[in-house]
Amino acid sequence: MEIVDLSVSIGDKQVLKNFNLRIGSGETHALFGPNGTGKTTLLNVIAGIPRYTIDGGRIVFKGLDITHMSMDERARLGIGMAFQRPPAIRGLKLKDLIKIINPNADAPAILKEMDFEAFGDRDVNRGFSGGEVKRSEMVQLLAQQPDFVMLDEPDSGVDLENIKLIGEAINSLTQKDQRPSWRTKSGVIITHFGHILDYMKADRAHVMLGGAIVCSGNPGEILEQIKKSGYEGCAGCLCPA
Amino acid sequence: MPMSSIEEKARKAQGKAAIYGTDVDLESYESEAKPQEIVETAEDLPSVVKKAALDVGVKLDAESSGAYVQMDQTPVVAKSLYEGVEIMDMASALKKYDYLQDYWFKLVAPDADKYTADVAQSPPAGYFIRAKKGMKTVFPVKSCLYLGSSNLNQRVHNVIIAEEGSELHVITGCTTPAHVQRGLHIGVSEFFIQKDAKVSFTMVHSWGKEVEVRPRTGITIAEGGSLSNNYILLRPVKTIQTFPTATLAGRGAVASFNSVIYATMGNIDIGSNVNLNAPNTSAESVSRVVSVGGEVIARGRMTGRVPGARAHLECVGLLLSDKGRIYSIPELDGQSKDLEMSHEAAVGRISEEELEYLMSRGLTSEQATSVIVRGFLDIEIKGLPDDLKQEIKNITQREDLKGAG
Repeated sequence: MEIVDLSVSIGDKQVLKNFNLRIGSGETHALFGPNGTGKTTLLNVIAGIPRYTIDGGRIVFKGLDITHMSMDERARLGIGMAFQRPPAIRGLKLKDLIKIINPNADAPAILKEMDFEAFGDRDVNRGFSGGEVKRSEMVQLLAQQPDFVMLDEPDSGVDLENIKLIGEAINSLTQKDQRPSWRTKSGVIITHFGHILDYMKADRAHVMLGGAIVCSGNPGEILEQIKKSGYEGCAGCLCPA
Repeated sequence: MPMSSIEEKARKAQGKAAIYGTDVDLESYESEAKPQEIVETAEDLPSVVKKAALDVGVKLDAESSGAYVQMDQTPVVAKSLYEGVEIMDMASALKKYDYLQDYWFKLVAPDADKYTADVAQSPPAGYFIRAKKGMKTVFPVKSCLYLGSSNLNQRVHNVIIAEEGSELHVITGCTTPAHVQRGLHIGVSEFFIQKDAKVSFTMVHSWGKEVEVRPRTGITIAEGGSLSNNYILLRPVKTIQTFPTATLAGRGAVASFNSVIYATMGNIDIGSNVNLNAPNTSAESVSRVVSVGGEVIARGRMTGRVPGARAHLECVGLLLSDKGRIYSIPELDGQSKDLEMSHEAAVGRISEEELEYLMSRGLTSEQATSVIVRGFLDIEIKGLPDDLKQEIKNITQREDLKGAG
């Protein structure tokens, strides 16, 4: 996944400015940064949500320029996303959605993996708690098995026990259970607190400020730096690259 | 009401327009139909009829408590398969039971409008279903009203009596084959749900683009009795107007109306009218309407006359085309203290967010729309046997429900 000089606006507000990021095959990157800095916008634009205006630049995935490709084409090409606040779908049972996403998926096994069997017969996300919504998102991604997985705050509102479950699911989706040289799937995760990083492996982290990356490096060191001097302290980027 | 008095009233109401719905010129339809061949059992029916019935969810071959099939004006099968239920064609039933005169046009006035008047002046055809006292059925009675001749005015008069403590499930499919260019169906139905009886009545309509439909239904529910009335219309029709009226006459009686409408064309004026006349009665009416072109008027009226009555109306519509219209008219009329009545009505579009969400999982825009529309129309109906619930679900699932085309 390669993002090259991408500029994006919503209405007349520019959110991303000449944004550049490359996530290699088999790599998982974490994105940190305060609210409103463009992290979710970046993921939404990669997913292809049409509410944004692309002012310049391009998004390249599997060697294809997908900048203007429709959402469903991108999904079929292998891009998947766990939404931060997904909508509920009335009358659509989660187990039925799993089958729609992937007719070959083993729905009972996936639901069991996320300790979510009781929700298979419920309408997707309807009346789910914050933590349940996150597990519903993971269930859908496990059915979809994307090659590039985007996770928008998969740990917010989740209790400790389930953070572990979600972390393990992310590791499985990004093939962290396999040897590094065998991994082909990649991903990007937005997280505010980094707890989830105790349970999943991220290869690299970036700090976003004002619609651009100001610092990149080892996830552990970056988190430490943020704890020490806040996001603003990252503007000068003291982390070893 | 004596038969002579019914005829007299009907005569005076000839030409009396209905309060709601577009006016139908009865003269432009033929009132005489060629008689059809009567068969012994539902299995002996012509395959075209069996197939048409299946198409509206009536599996005549599967397990049931009995069947009634009417082709044009001829009752071709009326057969019970369970001792707890009696099924007859109306003309035979009126001959057999003198007491039926007391039920005839008791809940629907013969002079309500020209349609009821027309039925009152025609030879009786339709079904008589009686669930015997204390007898409970799980398998539904299956009925199919088949309008197979063009330009015919098909008239039906049905009576259901669920005696004390009985349980009865009825599924009726009303349908026309594709070759019928034009037709009219008028159905008078009177349901008597006696003390502690439980009835579910599910009706699936599948008409033609030039067919007009005027059902006229009256229901009375005695103490402890309950009704679950389900109406499904997913195929094109020229006009339909119906406003079934249920009266909760005894303490603790319950009525629930569910309507699922997918309109591509035509004028569809549907609803329900419930009178809560006894203490601790409750009523609920839920309608889900999708229009991609048709005009749908969804009425709901609840009148609470005693303390302790509870009523809720819900009408939600998805309007997916400028060519369509959804006009929701919820009415609550409270006439006593200590009652609870509420309604919820909304007309809107498919949420972009839901559409995008499903597309992010790889569904095309059309697939996502169809999934959302289907889910929207999937009402959770309580009090039905599982088989019947599944059958209703199958009907909505197999239809090709698109967004605006």
